Amino acid sequence: MAETVHAWTPWTALLRSRVHAQAAYRTGFALDLVGNVGIGLLEFVEIYVIFTRVDSLGGLTAAQALLVFALANIGFSLSDLAVGHLDNLSEYIRAGTLDAYLLRPLPALAQLVTSDVSLKRLGRTAIALAVLAVALPTAVTDWTPARVVLLLITPVAGAGVFSALFVVAAALQFWVVDGGELANSFTYGGSYAAAYPASVFALPLRLLFTFVVPAAFTAYLPALVLTGAPGPGWVPSWLGWCTPLVAVAAWGVALLTWRAGMRRYTGAGG
Amino acid sequence: MSEEPVVEATALRRDFVVRRPVGRLRRERHVVTAVAGVDLTVRAGEAVGYIGANGAGKSTTIKMLTGILVPSSGTVRTCGLDPVRHRRDLARQIGVVFGQRSGLWWDLPLAESFRVLGALHRLPDSAWQARRDELVERLELGSFLSTPVRQLSLGQRMRGEVAAALLHSPRFVVLDEPTIGLDVLSKERLRVFLREERAAHGTTLLLTTHDMGDIARLCDRVLVVDHGALVFDGTLPGLVSRVGGERVLVVDLTEPVAPLTDVPGTRLVGVEGGGLRQRLSFSPESTTAPAVLAEVSRRADVRDLAIEEPDVEEVVRRLYAAGPR
Repeated sequence: MAETVHAWTPWTALLRSRVHAQAAYRTGFALDLVGNVGIGLLEFVEIYVIFTRVDSLGGLTAAQALLVFALANIGFSLSDLAVGHLDNLSEYIRAGTLDAYLLRPLPALAQLVTSDVSLKRLGRTAIALAVLAVALPTAVTDWTPARVVLLLITPVAGAGVFSALFVVAAALQFWVVDGGELANSFTYGGSYAAAYPASVFALPLRLLFTFVVPAAFTAYLPALVLTGAPGPGWVPSWLGWCTPLVAVAAWGVALLTWRAGMRRYTGAGG
Repeated sequence: MSEEPVVEATALRRDFVVRRPVGRLRRERHVVTAVAGVDLTVRAGEAVGYIGANGAGKSTTIKMLTGILVPSSGTVRTCGLDPVRHRRDLARQIGVVFGQRSGLWWDLPLAESFRVLGALHRLPDSAWQARRDELVERLELGSFLSTPVRQLSLGQRMRGEVAAALLHSPRFVVLDEPTIGLDVLSKERLRVFLREERAAHGTTLLLTTHDMGDIARLCDRVLVVDHGALVFDGTLPGLVSRVGGERVLVVDLTEPVAPLTDVPGTRLVGVEGGGLRQRLSFSPESTTAPAVLAEVSRRADVRDLAIEEPDVEEVVRRLYAAGPR
């Protein structure tokens, strides 16, 4: 008599309901999509304007820099699609939504992540893919199977890194009242930095964005491997392959931060 | 029904650290005690009303019982579990309704919300669908089942909230201000439903309210909390006799009559419209509403009537005036 209920049933039900809800407001969705295409274009124009002034940026040619831009933006837009709404954690707290999650038999963070899927972010992904298509033939001249694999895993691993940043930024809101704005400067700032080659930044910032906010891993370092560009002397080329490891490490930090944040929220810790 | 209490709390306490700005830059650290050493036992099958003024510590207590907040000190077990440590196990056994917050999805119709909730609780289709049909019928949700929640009236939405919280047939149901803002009819419908639910499934109820009518209709035990501490634990008649909480019968008459000062067991507390509307205050111990009405009817023709219950703030205030236990 017992019907089987699969482990993933709650999650597919939650996500499906989110997609249905967006499909119910077609006009609003279309407008949002156009808006996100606009944001992607604007960022592209910014890079373009810089390149009309200088011939190479951080040792990269125009096509190579566009590749960095594209990789960073694909990764970021995918993570924004999946977890971008975590920015609004303070709103979830204020509205009592987080309390409602705590009254259900599922982990709070997983409920928070599946509480929204911003399909409108696909607009930004589309722009990034278009830039990738334009830049790739010029930027990468020597294709090897390894480089094809790297090209495929980088956006996925990059999305993992950015998603972890979103979770950290969300968890910090447990400490900062009305922290929505702070979280924005953290995640969107990280994405902004990732779209530029890391070597344009001064050393302290470079260290920050390579190791503290590992944004360079989502685009710049893999792009060095893909294009065979020399890059700064201090960067060993194998670092370009480390994005998946960085994603795992970033998620480790993110989950610990989230746990600490939840302990603060429930009053379990100090 | 097990012998183990549904809620067992001992010396339950919760402090919050609040930082208040002092001058332009400095902020001072204050410790505010929301719940100050509450002992509380709720036995299986009981219906307990938890009342107190705003800020008395009711919501904080509920959050500690349901696993949202960790007590600063003291112990609490709900359904035999440590609420925070076993939050997810506990969530399968309890249903919580917050009158001023929503456990629903504003952009989904109720029908869809129930489907998602059934999945969240990993209930087999046959189980949640049978329960849904029962709830839809008893809470009369059928006519607005496919309307997005944000388009529902408050009364419709509250009934939806209650159904959502009870879909997994919890044995312990906590309701925080379930009737707040509801019209008389919606209130009554909800109360009738909760009584039936208790009778049918032996569900244990704990509810906070500002409406003494909720207590009178639903609860066989009343707890009064004030400044974070329990100041009364007993029955509603017991509370009324302690504080002398009086009810007021308001009668609208077909013609103005002289002030009704001579109705036995009552005190005339107001005359409006030159005698068209009169307000008679009485203690439930000395007489009953039907008896008062019968006496009034002998003197005048009653067109309409209403009964005003003492409100919670009034009861708590009088409890203090009556002196400590």
